[in-house]
Amino acid sequence: MSDPIIDIRYVAKLAQIALTDEEIERFGAQLGDLLQHVAALERLDTERVAATAQVVESRNILRDDVARPSLDRETVLAQAPQRQGKFFRVPRIIGE
Amino acid sequence: MPASNELLERSAAEIAAAVNERRVSAAEVTRATLERVVATEPNVGAYLTVLAEAALAEAASVDRRVAQGERLPLAGVPLAVKDNMCLTGSRTTCGSKILEQWIAPYTSTAVARMLAAGAIPIGKTNCDEFAMGSSCENSALGITRNPYDLLRVPGGSSGGSAAAVAAFEAAIGLGSDTGGSIREPGAFCGVVGFKPTYGRVSRYGLIAFASSLDQIGPLTRTVEDAALTYDAMAGFDPMDATSVQEPVEPAAPALRDDLHGLRVGIVREFDPGALGGAMDALYRAAYAGLERLGAELVEVSLPTAEYGVATYYLIAPAECSSNLARFDGVRYGLRVAGRDVRGMYDATRAAGFGEEVKRRILIGTHALSSGYYDAYYVRAQKARTLIADDFRGAFASCDLIACPAASCPAFRFGAKSDPYSMYLMDYYTIPMSLAGLPAISVPCGWVQPPDGNEPLPIGLQLCGPLFAERLLLGAAHAYERATNHRATHAPLAQRLTA
Repeated sequence: MSDPIIDIRYVAKLAQIALTDEEIERFGAQLGDLLQHVAALERLDTERVAATAQVVESRNILRDDVARPSLDRETVLAQAPQRQGKFFRVPRIIGE
Repeated sequence: MPASNELLERSAAEIAAAVNERRVSAAEVTRATLERVVATEPNVGAYLTVLAEAALAEAASVDRRVAQGERLPLAGVPLAVKDNMCLTGSRTTCGSKILEQWIAPYTSTAVARMLAAGAIPIGKTNCDEFAMGSSCENSALGITRNPYDLLRVPGGSSGGSAAAVAAFEAAIGLGSDTGGSIREPGAFCGVVGFKPTYGRVSRYGLIAFASSLDQIGPLTRTVEDAALTYDAMAGFDPMDATSVQEPVEPAAPALRDDLHGLRVGIVREFDPGALGGAMDALYRAAYAGLERLGAELVEVSLPTAEYGVATYYLIAPAECSSNLARFDGVRYGLRVAGRDVRGMYDATRAAGFGEEVKRRILIGTHALSSGYYDAYYVRAQKARTLIADDFRGAFASCDLIACPAASCPAFRFGAKSDPYSMYLMDYYTIPMSLAGLPAISVPCGWVQPPDGNEPLPIGLQLCGPLFAERLLLGAAHAYERATNHRATHAPLAQRLTA
């Protein structure tokens, strides 16, 4: 955490969000500021502490692998931004 | 008997009793509520969608069930649902442009259980976009005003549900609490806000923000109503593998009128003296009130709690960046065309998400990215362990913890323009969320803000160990009965509908 500067352009690319130059500057400053605040965690001795992902004890739950009724296809496809027959229509991703 | 406006200002328990005893029909209550909503909404703006047709249909069904002799715990009770919970056929937006037109194809378990208990879905309420915020100002779809002072925010993120309940546009509001999003708006709007233990209420159909923290709970005008709502919703759900299998004992029968035999921990690190004269005096009076009811006050320490906000603003954004990756313009929601498929993702998410959501996705993506994961995310998860350990230590010497619900009363629109100052709004609520603990905000007094004419409500937060909902609600009920702070200031219903 020694280097709190955040490369917003790179992170935005990972996050798949197009940002304007003005946003890059603003978010860069704001998130840099936030990272300064969270750097306070460096003061905690966490050497021998286990990480907590989930606070309430949980265990893996399995169910029988059988087909069950699910959402109606037409209802789901009705929400699609673009569809073609029974498919979601998306921009070409092969053969570019 | 026509459902008088007076009945709408009663508790959910009283409305349900009237409907079950057929002194009034669910249809009459629903029609009166819808009229109240029409009259009130121009001032308050609690709802994003009013479900008049669905509500009347549900009311007719409840009336049939009651006529057949069923007694329903929430018969005919007007229900406001935060707009991040699915209800079949209803627009479910999360306060976001990316879901502005999305119609839910299924019903969340929490809402389904409320309907099974007889509640009537009046509408879907405004919230900070994807539940990220503490004022409702991050909603892309509307402004909600605090019913006690229309120049102020209702709190957030479940501000629409809190405002609807405070303004008598519903008797019960469902909210979701990730770092304080039920308790803080509850405090700001002078109502009860209750977050059960993590996993007590199924998250199936709750649109995910931070999955290890999100929990559904009620906003109500009485603690008894919060208990009735909890009793209706809590319990294992096969559709949510993180919902806990622990049996749920109903909380409503455990409500009590005193605190004899209970040790209440006062947190050394949460000295209300830091909040200034008026707030300090009210919290000290609240603690003294607990003592008068028979509780023994003991000092406890949560040394790591001050790191709660820093811990939360790594964990919650990390989970959010992962959860919100699903909004890509392919299967549902907004799509904005791009040069190629990646361009479509980039443009869709740029146009669909608001400022705060983008900020959190970016910080979360950074915290999870290669080279930073251990320094940020894992370190925060370890801090989370220390915070949970602090609470375990404290509960060795007390049964419940009492502290402020928020550091100030409702603030004016635009007052927290710096993101970090808004994040600090959840200073007192985040530690409990990180530890998964049940916690409740109960009205504990009124302060006169220096920059306003209206007295504003503030909330006392009580928190218990994991699964101690019965004890917690029981104690909150005793405090509410003894103090009745809601009654000290006349409800504003008349003024709101003027």
